Amino acid sequence: MHRFLARFGRTHEARLLAVNLVIIVFLSVFATGFFSLGNAFNLMTSYAFVGILAAGLVVVLVAGSIDISMTATASIAQYLAVSVVSTYDVGWTVLLTVALGTGLMFGLFNAVLVTWLRISSIIVTIALLNVYFGLLMFFTKGDPINFLPGWYADGMSWVIAGAETNNPLILNMQILGLVLSFVLAWFLLNRLSVGRQLRALGGNAEAAKRVGFNELRLNMVAYGFLGVMAGLASLVQAQASQSVVPNALVGRELDVLAVVVLGGASLTGGTGSILGTVLGLLLLALLQNGLILIGVSSFWIQFATGFVFLVAVSTIAWDRTRQQRVLGRRIGATG
Amino acid sequence: MPTFLDLRGISKRFGGVRALSEIDMDISAGEVHCLAGENGSGKSTLIKIISGVQRPEPGGKITINGQLVDHLTPAESIRRGIQVIYQDLSLFPNLSVAENIAIEGHHGLHLLNWKATREIARAAMEHIGVSIDPDALVSELPIAQRQLVAICRAIANEARLVIMDEPTASLTRKEVDALLALTLELRRRNVAVLFVSHRLDEVLEIAERVTVLRNGEKCGTFEAKGMTNRKLVELMTGKSFEYRPLDNAPPTEPLLEVRNLSRAGEYSDVSFTVGKGEILGLTGRLGSGRTELALSLFCMTHPDAGEIIMDGKALRMSSNRDAIKNGIAYVSEDRLSLGLVMEQSVAANTVITVLRDLAGKFGFVDQRRRDETVQNWISNLSVKVSDPTNPVGSLSGGNQQRIVLAKWLATKPRLLILDSPTVGVDIGAKDGIYAVVRRLAEEGMGVILITDEIPEAYYHCHRVLVMRGGRISGDYRPAQMTEAALQDTVDA
Repeated sequence: MHRFLARFGRTHEARLLAVNLVIIVFLSVFATGFFSLGNAFNLMTSYAFVGILAAGLVVVLVAGSIDISMTATASIAQYLAVSVVSTYDVGWTVLLTVALGTGLMFGLFNAVLVTWLRISSIIVTIALLNVYFGLLMFFTKGDPINFLPGWYADGMSWVIAGAETNNPLILNMQILGLVLSFVLAWFLLNRLSVGRQLRALGGNAEAAKRVGFNELRLNMVAYGFLGVMAGLASLVQAQASQSVVPNALVGRELDVLAVVVLGGASLTGGTGSILGTVLGLLLLALLQNGLILIGVSSFWIQFATGFVFLVAVSTIAWDRTRQQRVLGRRIGATG
Repeated sequence: MPTFLDLRGISKRFGGVRALSEIDMDISAGEVHCLAGENGSGKSTLIKIISGVQRPEPGGKITINGQLVDHLTPAESIRRGIQVIYQDLSLFPNLSVAENIAIEGHHGLHLLNWKATREIARAAMEHIGVSIDPDALVSELPIAQRQLVAICRAIANEARLVIMDEPTASLTRKEVDALLALTLELRRRNVAVLFVSHRLDEVLEIAERVTVLRNGEKCGTFEAKGMTNRKLVELMTGKSFEYRPLDNAPPTEPLLEVRNLSRAGEYSDVSFTVGKGEILGLTGRLGSGRTELALSLFCMTHPDAGEIIMDGKALRMSSNRDAIKNGIAYVSEDRLSLGLVMEQSVAANTVITVLRDLAGKFGFVDQRRRDETVQNWISNLSVKVSDPTNPVGSLSGGNQQRIVLAKWLATKPRLLILDSPTVGVDIGAKDGIYAVVRRLAEEGMGVILITDEIPEAYYHCHRVLVMRGGRISGDYRPAQMTEAALQDTVDA
């Protein structure tokens, strides 16, 4: 236990946790209404969309690739699924199947393309983002869907405390989806053999092939998982906004990327953890929410978010060079 | 000892090129065997055939453990106990030591058993007496320990034959000794080891037999006992390299004079001269200050005190551009990372230092003069390259080294500083480099040859300076002493 703590103390996650705690203490003192269960639930609800996508993206980054197209995938999944349930008299099962299924299909397609083209996945998926989004706008003409069926619009919502007050605690689909996505991603990465294969692929693709891990299949797992998460995130978001607007989601992929990178995942692959991603999401949420609560203008919030992101990636980079330098010295010293 | 692996009549062609022809070779269970040969002799192809990565031409027979295998795939090769440890080690830097060792357990789709993973790793490490923290990430380990992890992985996969590709290339002497001890331990456990290398003097001590390849053909298999490095070199290259110390034709005219040069923490109070046409060796242990001194001569760093005098005039230089202008060229130790732009063509690399001189009226490079310059140096240094527009990365180590030389010789230097020019280069190619250096000196160039290898300093320099702790501790003439005596001055 002691050794575990010592090891944990040196990780990026530990530092991130400390930063989060400092911000929480600060906001609890200076921002009225911040430190409450109600606000915590609100935060989870509003950051569910970004968080669920982050849980998917971290898996792709760990496997050594990247996907930028997930918001376009989510938009299409959302539009298809909600169109179907608005037109036909079907329920949750069809809604979930269409949304998650669509996400999965797009994810698998991305995986095949990225693996076969052998071009940097960031380029491929930026192109795909535009292709997918262009198609969606063409077919929908950008028309929103303004009414959701009642069972969906008000579904999956339970008052768990304070029913008699005006501020009841509500466990909703957003929170459930968020928790579920992180649990699934954690299970995949840390409890399944395939998760370790993904990490191995991200760490040394050549060696992974020599060991006999199948690159295409692994990419399909990673991108497929992100696709399913995009489908889930899209449903969560549609319910929260009570409508489907085709161009509402594209553009948020950079927030998702920021969360994952804040969480310590490397764009060169192989590193990234669920705990880090959760903490990265928390940091983003605390910053934006906290600055609003203490009355900072929204332009400064954007500035502050960008600034913190820059500081975070700088410390990560600095950490790595330091580690390499220490290593170099150790190699030299043995001679 | 029973035979573990038996190869008969193994040939391989790539297109029209014959990489291997009719190789017979056998390895006994628990034997330490060496496979020697220069780059391009077919060593790598033979390993790939043994590991099932490449299929031999029809007619070749592979027998493993008494069973004729006619369709050897990588999986089949592993299943039969053959494990290759590639030079890059094929490890996963972002996974723990335990996971790297037990990586085979990650195949398929199943729940992980972390306890079993750690147990497999522990057992493998214990088996050969290695102890590394199983939870450490491989990226946190120094190279020598990473190699141990790779060997443990082979053991965990129940290896009967471990093939090590250039295992000593990046190890210090002490680490090599540890590796040799480990090899003996493997032999005791009846695991055969095949060392593949062109630098075998260390390994010869513990090997039983050596098989030598040259140009895709087998020169023979020999008892390691009684095999000397010189004999091995002769077999690998088909030539004998007999060197004698350079005659003292002590050059009279001084070219470079260094007076009381110091730089805090690196070297202090260094004085020496280099004559026109003189090859001056500079040796000493790692950290003795020799490379730092060379960097200052090339003005990559600035000395705190002292003078650098060329042709009787004190040089005032503010950057290495001034050094080049004054006729000083420096060929770096790490040619791969510092000396060449690997993706660019041979031609582009050769003229990179003289682009300004090749510029025509409007600042564009004169293509005709560029091609002339390139051709001139390629033939002058006999670089083997089919097309100068090929990327430099496609050349062999020795030829790459010559391109680095060409690049600097194109600046028409009068003083050439060579930092470990033959590290990682085949013996044959080394000989080529020595010949070039000697010719340049005969034409009047002053050469400073920095080297780790005492034989290199002894046989290829007129004079040798030994550095220790940042100071020059001795100035010797090889022609007046034995090689062993020179070695002693460094070790002392």
